[in-house]
Amino acid sequence: MHAFVLSFRSEFYKTRKTLTFLSAILLPLILCGFLFTGFYLYSDKLTPYSPLEQWARYMGAILGVMGALILPMLVIFQTYSINSIEHRSDMWKSVFSLPIPKWSIYSSKFVYAVFLDALCLSLFATCILLSAWLMNLLLPELKFNQFDIVGLLFKIHLKLFLASLGIVSIQFILSLLWADFLKPMGIGFVLTVAGVICSNMGWKYAYTIPYSHPSLAMISIFSAKKSSDMQSLYFELMTREIYVSLGVAVVAFIAGYFIISKRSVK
Amino acid sequence: MDQPLEIETRQLSYWFGTQKVLDNVSLQVPKGCIYGFLGPNGAGKTTAIKILLNLLYSSSENVFVFGEELNHSRISILSRIGSLVEQPAIYPHLSGRENLINRCILLQTDRKRVNELLRLVDLDTQADKKAGNYSLGMKQRLGIALALLPDPQLLILDEPTNGLDPNGIMEIRQLLQKLSREEGKTVFVSSHLLAEVEKMATHVGIINHGKLLFQGSIAELQRANNSLISLQVNDTVSAANLLLRNGYQVDVEVDSICLPYSSHEEMGSINSLLISKGYTVYSLSQTRKNLEQLFMNITQN
Repeated sequence: MHAFVLSFRSEFYKTRKTLTFLSAILLPLILCGFLFTGFYLYSDKLTPYSPLEQWARYMGAILGVMGALILPMLVIFQTYSINSIEHRSDMWKSVFSLPIPKWSIYSSKFVYAVFLDALCLSLFATCILLSAWLMNLLLPELKFNQFDIVGLLFKIHLKLFLASLGIVSIQFILSLLWADFLKPMGIGFVLTVAGVICSNMGWKYAYTIPYSHPSLAMISIFSAKKSSDMQSLYFELMTREIYVSLGVAVVAFIAGYFIISKRSVK
Repeated sequence: MDQPLEIETRQLSYWFGTQKVLDNVSLQVPKGCIYGFLGPNGAGKTTAIKILLNLLYSSSENVFVFGEELNHSRISILSRIGSLVEQPAIYPHLSGRENLINRCILLQTDRKRVNELLRLVDLDTQADKKAGNYSLGMKQRLGIALALLPDPQLLILDEPTNGLDPNGIMEIRQLLQKLSREEGKTVFVSSHLLAEVEKMATHVGIINHGKLLFQGSIAELQRANNSLISLQVNDTVSAANLLLRNGYQVDVEVDSICLPYSSHEEMGSINSLLISKGYTVYSLSQTRKNLEQLFMNITQN
């Protein structure tokens, strides 16, 4: 466990000034900046709605794109760049000749990819919340402050996080196996598009495709039930695609370890 | 070799697919020595080094380091080894100092050692520059600093002087000799340059086409690698005939004559003989066989 912690710290140290880490922080800031600017300039389109609907429109503007495209592509990029740091300078031979168990090198990289995913999504939730509150301060006619969205907002992002774990684990293996940019990115992109088509077409087995999970999660969030008094919104957190995503993540994580533990560094 | 062995391989063979790249190699590296692992490019040096570092997996359990079998004691063995394999592996987006600090994090080494090592490899003034912008020689020196960071008992260096200028080569040679002499470290260093190995090693192993052709002390190597006299005169063929008639063993090359070296006095006699018979001697020098000639000599013997 100690070796795992050291390897994890090293992962952070190596990537802290690179886009691998910075993308997890900058992307929510930049996109929520756009969201804020857009709704600030056209706030009159929000004012007629109830507080819950105002939140739904504000969040929906970014969550729709996130489930279908931003989240899968971000995950693909982050897993690729975590492993490409080692591929780029032929570092695997150096890393594996250190007195550190292979499992801790492997698992710390995987957990770091999961950590970046979690960091990015929690920052998205935080930035959406803060930007909406700020807008309410600047434009008191909005009613964001009349509905407590915090729990719901973090539940939505938790569901998206869980839905993305299957993609994280598959992309992690692909970027571990291939040093070049095009293979893991290309395969990931094609599978993401295929996954989105399958989920949007309503194919009944779409839940078996990890790349469909974020958009399936978004579909279930968007079809959440409103309470009769319009004061709450409910959706299931642990749906079928989330269980499959977690299962794929566990299986791919174990498979990846066996691949790396038996692999020679040529 | 009756000293305790730091590295021992017992008839180690290794295949890349169907190609046998190591053929029954039995390395014996005594503790505290500088072992020069000599061979041309593609001879199997890097493959052997990668097996010693468990980067290439040998299932046959015939690799012993510090007396322990490598597959069973990987972590324990690697914790006492510092290594540099092929070109130095460094993170180009980090500075030289950050590369060392990152290694300190992984190995839990005191960060004070970073400055010591930067000074030792003469990178202290360039320490905060991105390592990707370093010259090959600077990268090599940083690679050596990374290998030395954990203060290892055994240093395994694959062609560590690649890319260094003559001054840098001399400094690395002196550093390795000092580490062996003063700190009792064992240094296993590969090279394809015979002269370089001869200058620093106490023991030598020579490998070619995956086979260990020679292994022994530097004195034993020097006995196998007899010196030659190289001679250039105005009429090569006629001068060679004269030397033959006078009982010398000669070997005529394109524009020079080679004879086995025995003493400086004999070189003087040859010079006098040629001049007395009216030849003009352009050059007369003592030379060593190159690596190819040495291989031929070893295999013929």
